[in-house]
Amino acid sequence: MFVIFTLLADFLTWRVFGLAPGSRLGEAVHFFIEDTAKIFVLLTVIVFIMGFLRAMISPEKVRQVVSGKSRFISYPLAVSLGAVTPFCSCSSVPLFIGFLEAGIPLGVTMAFLIASPMINEVAVVLLAAILGWKVAALYVAAGLIVGMLGGLLIEALGLEKWVEDYVWQIRMGKVAMPRADTSWKGRLAFARHEVKEIVGRIWKYVLLGIAVGAFLHGFVPASFFARYAAANNPFAVPMAAIIGIPLYSSASGVIPVVESLIGKGVPIGTVLALMMSVAAISLPEMIILRKVLKTPLIATFTAILFVSFIMVGYLFNMLFA
Amino acid sequence: MKEIIVYGSGCKNCQNTKALIRRVADELGIEANIGEVTDTVEIMSAGVMSTPGVAVDGQIVHTGSHPSREQVEEWLRS
Repeated sequence: MFVIFTLLADFLTWRVFGLAPGSRLGEAVHFFIEDTAKIFVLLTVIVFIMGFLRAMISPEKVRQVVSGKSRFISYPLAVSLGAVTPFCSCSSVPLFIGFLEAGIPLGVTMAFLIASPMINEVAVVLLAAILGWKVAALYVAAGLIVGMLGGLLIEALGLEKWVEDYVWQIRMGKVAMPRADTSWKGRLAFARHEVKEIVGRIWKYVLLGIAVGAFLHGFVPASFFARYAAANNPFAVPMAAIIGIPLYSSASGVIPVVESLIGKGVPIGTVLALMMSVAAISLPEMIILRKVLKTPLIATFTAILFVSFIMVGYLFNMLFA
Repeated sequence: MKEIIVYGSGCKNCQNTKALIRRVADELGIEANIGEVTDTVEIMSAGVMSTPGVAVDGQIVHTGSHPSREQVEEWLRS
């Protein structure tokens, strides 16, 4: 299905630019062209379809649905909905407050916030398209589990005391429920709008990810990875998770790098640890959350994620590498 | 004169929303007072949970995303 992108890259790299197949620059440029074309086309199509399907979901609706339910139901519900609910990251704060104000427990709210950036459904479909359904399903499963465990742990540790005090005092007015236009025309318009907004927001990250992936593909030999990131190196997984902490990219932006690394033989668990760490542990988000969470909670939150990603990394390496 | 308030804590989406409304109002020649609320507590008290949120003449008409041009025109003309 994607051979057309390979052909396009072949044509441009070998014929038009005259680079030599097998040369480092040639391979890097080929990767860059192929991936850029492939990913942006896929991205547009996927975001459009997703936008069409989920014109009806909003954080306000999730809040309504999740509040008042027992933990047994609300945890799985929160992570599943977190995976498919669109929201701008500057909404994290009002969203967080809104959830708590509705009586949704801190743990459930955190589960939602953890699952959301990780199980970005666009990234998941991209992952499936490029690396196969197995990898994508693993990633989703990992995200759901980490989200729930993370939330449960935060609740078990009684970290409510580290939420900024004013949050508990807020009384929201009646929450404005967005009126979703569910007619075909309305949904098409929403979908088109989503494409413009999402692609417009993440294209830089995606391009950067592709550039990094291209560089790795062309200039870093597989032997480098075999030495440092082989399945038998126990430090590879934690290193991957550590490297991902200061890096931030949209989950979709890491995928070209994931693609490149797996192509070089890096085990899947190690790669997943990197991907989750890049997508879910982000400095900009931490700074935003500082408005509602005291630093110890943010630190704990990060630590829980970090450890979970490492465990997931080891687990998947054990199962599949 | 339309009273419009954009609720948002300053991220790019929120700025763009305000700019868009201003542009459309100017182009359609509709008089509009466009204010913004960036304080989290005030945003919450108004009932906006996902930003950017837009209120027209005291009624919240939109939350959660950058509105489309068609939507803005609809609000300004109503």
